[in-house]
Amino acid sequence: MKQLKNLMEDRDIALFIGRFLRVGVLTASAIALLGGFWYLVQSGAADMPDYSRFAGEGPGYTTFRGIFKGVAEGNATEIIQLGVLVLLATPIFRVFFSLLAFALEKDWLYVVITTIVLGIILFSMFGGLKI
Amino acid sequence: MSILIFSLILLVGAYAAGLLGSLTGLGGGVVVIPLLTLVFHVDIRYAIGAALLASIANSSGAATAYIKEGITNVRLGMFLEIATTAGAVGGALIAVFTPVNTIAILFGLVLIFSALMTIRKKNEHAEQTGSKWSYVLKLNSTYPTANGEVAYKLKNIGGGFSIMLLAGVLSGLLGIGSGALKVLAMDGAMRIPFKVSTTTSNFMIGVTAAASAVVYLQRGYIDPGIAFPVVLGVLGGAFTGARLLTIMNPRTLRIIFCIAISFVALEMIYNGFNHQF
Repeated sequence: MKQLKNLMEDRDIALFIGRFLRVGVLTASAIALLGGFWYLVQSGAADMPDYSRFAGEGPGYTTFRGIFKGVAEGNATEIIQLGVLVLLATPIFRVFFSLLAFALEKDWLYVVITTIVLGIILFSMFGGLKI
Repeated sequence: MSILIFSLILLVGAYAAGLLGSLTGLGGGVVVIPLLTLVFHVDIRYAIGAALLASIANSSGAATAYIKEGITNVRLGMFLEIATTAGAVGGALIAVFTPVNTIAILFGLVLIFSALMTIRKKNEHAEQTGSKWSYVLKLNSTYPTANGEVAYKLKNIGGGFSIMLLAGVLSGLLGIGSGALKVLAMDGAMRIPFKVSTTTSNFMIGVTAAASAVVYLQRGYIDPGIAFPVVLGVLGGAFTGARLLTIMNPRTLRIIFCIAISFVALEMIYNGFNHQF
């Protein structure tokens, strides 16, 4: 009976995570759509940038500060990048929720495993990998 | 070409890529890279950034359906994500030191391999004896079939884990989900029924791609003007594809697409050798 109960909870958590993923993707798409629409209204008539030569994006598109500053000013391209951030955050939050779920189940082995995964992702975010 | 025209054509192209990726089982991200580089002559680095985003959107958007059916093995996915995320971060790091033409050639080879994998004979057999580690790590599970729940056990965890590490590196280096390699690790090495391996692989792709995408974002590979048509288009195409798959069995279509995509892959390799990127 206890095992059955555990199984049910397991399933509830899995369903919650699945729903969360979908909401995350839809939110990210909605933000990107809004930003994209605004971008086309503002600069749709302009010539397209030369994408055949890689220049790399400036801090306005690549840092939290730059993106949020642009969003506050209502810049279309930074709104798109905000959508990108939400999209990137979605699976990372998924790992975090799994960590909570395993902790609730007192499955310490998987708490450790999930912490390692989260650690690797956070390392790549903040580990100064900007070579 | 004006930005408006470019965005609209790219949106339609990304929609087709998402549809194709979903019907073949290759994933939209993989089809977007040749579309951007060969058709639109976009630098492959921008293409990789956009393709990673498409992979994340695809994987996360489809996860709900699979979890609901209880097929995904969440513990297995999480355990193997240690290998794929570590590999992905490593791959994203060595990407800076890898010439773009080498990346294009590697991409072509992986694309051909992926196409072959989707038309291979699939493992439907559920193993009944697991290895020692499958018990220690609690990886053995059940999945629903037409005849009720079927229990399966895992073999060769170490071998599967190693292939996952390679899948992670390729994913980080090339900006793709490398679902085919993930399925190879699970079907081939660990002997998991393909329904479980396909869904678990899809479940893992989002996390793997996010691990390398944060590196690429900070390096300036993700351009908003390319990102928004690609993400919206691929997601829409994948959604249509998932709908179509429930009403038809695209066996023949899949083979035709896989042959077509192999020619595209050959062109990537050819251009790579001729330093066209």
